[in-house]
Amino acid sequence: MTTPRPGTVVLDPTDEREPIRRQLAPRPEHIQGTIGLLDISKPRGNVLLDQIEQRLHERYPAVEVKRYRKPTFAKPAPEDLRRQIAEECGFVIEALAD
Amino acid sequence: MSTTTATLPAFGLDDQDGNWRKFPSGRVALLAFVHEECPTCGMSMPLIEAAHRAFGSAIDVWAVGQDEAGNAALIERHALTGPMLDDSDLKVSFAYGFDTVPTVILADGEGAELARFVGFGREDWRALFADLAARSGLPEPAIDWTSYADSRPGCGSKAVEPGIYERLVAESEGSPLRARRIEIAPDDDVAEFFYDQGLTDGLPVVPPTPERVLRMLGGTRRDAQEVVAVVPPNLAPVTIEKIAINAVLAGCRPEYLPVVIAAVEAMCTEEFNIHGVSATTMGATPLIIVNGPIRHRIGMNMRLGALGAGHRANASIGRAVRLVLRNIGGGKPGGTERSTLGNSMKYTACFAEWEERSPWAPLHVERGFAAEDSVVTLFAATGQSLMVDQTSRSGRQLAGSFGLRLEGVYHPRGHSGGDVFVTVSPEHVDTLWRDGYTKEALRNRIQEITSRPIRDLLADAESGAGVPPGRFPDGELDRLLPKFASTANINIVVAGADAGKFSMIFDGWASGAIGSMPTSRKIEEV
Repeated sequence: MTTPRPGTVVLDPTDEREPIRRQLAPRPEHIQGTIGLLDISKPRGNVLLDQIEQRLHERYPAVEVKRYRKPTFAKPAPEDLRRQIAEECGFVIEALAD
Repeated sequence: MSTTTATLPAFGLDDQDGNWRKFPSGRVALLAFVHEECPTCGMSMPLIEAAHRAFGSAIDVWAVGQDEAGNAALIERHALTGPMLDDSDLKVSFAYGFDTVPTVILADGEGAELARFVGFGREDWRALFADLAARSGLPEPAIDWTSYADSRPGCGSKAVEPGIYERLVAESEGSPLRARRIEIAPDDDVAEFFYDQGLTDGLPVVPPTPERVLRMLGGTRRDAQEVVAVVPPNLAPVTIEKIAINAVLAGCRPEYLPVVIAAVEAMCTEEFNIHGVSATTMGATPLIIVNGPIRHRIGMNMRLGALGAGHRANASIGRAVRLVLRNIGGGKPGGTERSTLGNSMKYTACFAEWEERSPWAPLHVERGFAAEDSVVTLFAATGQSLMVDQTSRSGRQLAGSFGLRLEGVYHPRGHSGGDVFVTVSPEHVDTLWRDGYTKEALRNRIQEITSRPIRDLLADAESGAGVPPGRFPDGELDRLLPKFASTANINIVVAGADAGKFSMIFDGWASGAIGSMPTSRKIEEV
């Protein structure tokens, strides 16, 4: 793992009614550890993720793949699920589909 | 720093009966930090209560709840008889530094930590009950352990919620800063970040780091959290701290801050009507004029090139006010700001009057302030253009030139509406004063020179602008109409280099109570 560099801390010049847009997390240089595949429960999302999982196994045999599923695509992922993915995975691929 | 790292922070909190509970108390203590909204905490409450009933005579078994209403709800829901300590200001939770509730801590009588677990773990609780029984010599209560799940993760502690955490950090450091802290990702470019977030006027900004904002706040004696004004169009309250942040963005030095604050106060008044000034398709913006001793103290430019560019105080003060309007008030082009063309004064428009060079009463004295007051005055300006007269040698000639030149404000046929702001150069004021022209005499002459029979102002085939035919009866068409409704609509100051027979005309916007009125505010003495 690369040591995370500290970012610049600034104070919000706005009235703080709106959240500051999310920023990119640092990108690891190598794919290793565990990759999460998140099915958002749209039809055929599992088909797409099955394919991705197969390709990942071929290209990165050492990498572990874990599958997750949102209860419904119509709502954000539950807090517990987000925490679980964040704890267990270094990467996550979220599938849309239909 | 204490060398015994296992010693927990001491604290005192009220329980639900108003008893002041002090930790450490000399007795072994079980502290269970809980939050009512957390289901895992709810699941743990019967065990906390059971521990209190079984061991409470020998051991302090305290729930520490993170919000007052939630604590009351927990007490009722679980019929608690044990102490529920009120940590709704989260100071103890913050001092303990955990980020998950429930966090359960066992400590000895001197406050040294003996054991701790987080979330819910059935085996953790079983081991804890055995430990409490051993320490107290009291029997373990009967618990149906099979009715409990093996484990369940906890929830986020309220003390680490966004917004709350920053406040607690600031309070613990004794810092006056309360604004949301944003960490710009290391892979992001700081300057680009501000563009991406829509927080600039199109030019780069100085990143408002906490250090810079603290330094900026050193420029005022006012409390950082004082609400100064409610900023249109979003009607957002603005604190001294938020003005300071925008002043950093704009490139201000701390000593400029009182001017920015006073200008924001003036801008956000009913009489100045910044909502209309900002929203009008005409493209108006506050022109900021500074008078009084502060001009010298902060080094404002009132001489060569006073109207720009290249001078830090003038440029950054005007820009800071505009950034407050944009970032706090939400007045952005394409949103509530609807200017057809915009104008370059919307970046910044601020200068000082060269009072010492003027024979006339300065603007702030005319407007009722004492000469030794420092005052900021805002005028809603839509455009600026030069008045060139290098050849008039008498005051009367030059005053006449001002009249001829001002005929063009808005439109030559536009009479009896609007305001104008005239910045008279030193050479021009010398010529006027030599022949005894006071400000009032100049104003009167402007009105005289610009007076036209209504007949000459009618819209016609040459131009559709002007008085609509038929508005006045024929008998009135020879009546003279001056350019401005009254001499009070003609604002005059002196600034500029010693050399050059040029003055500047700033066209106004809609005048009076239906539009915007020039507005002044006294600047804080620091």
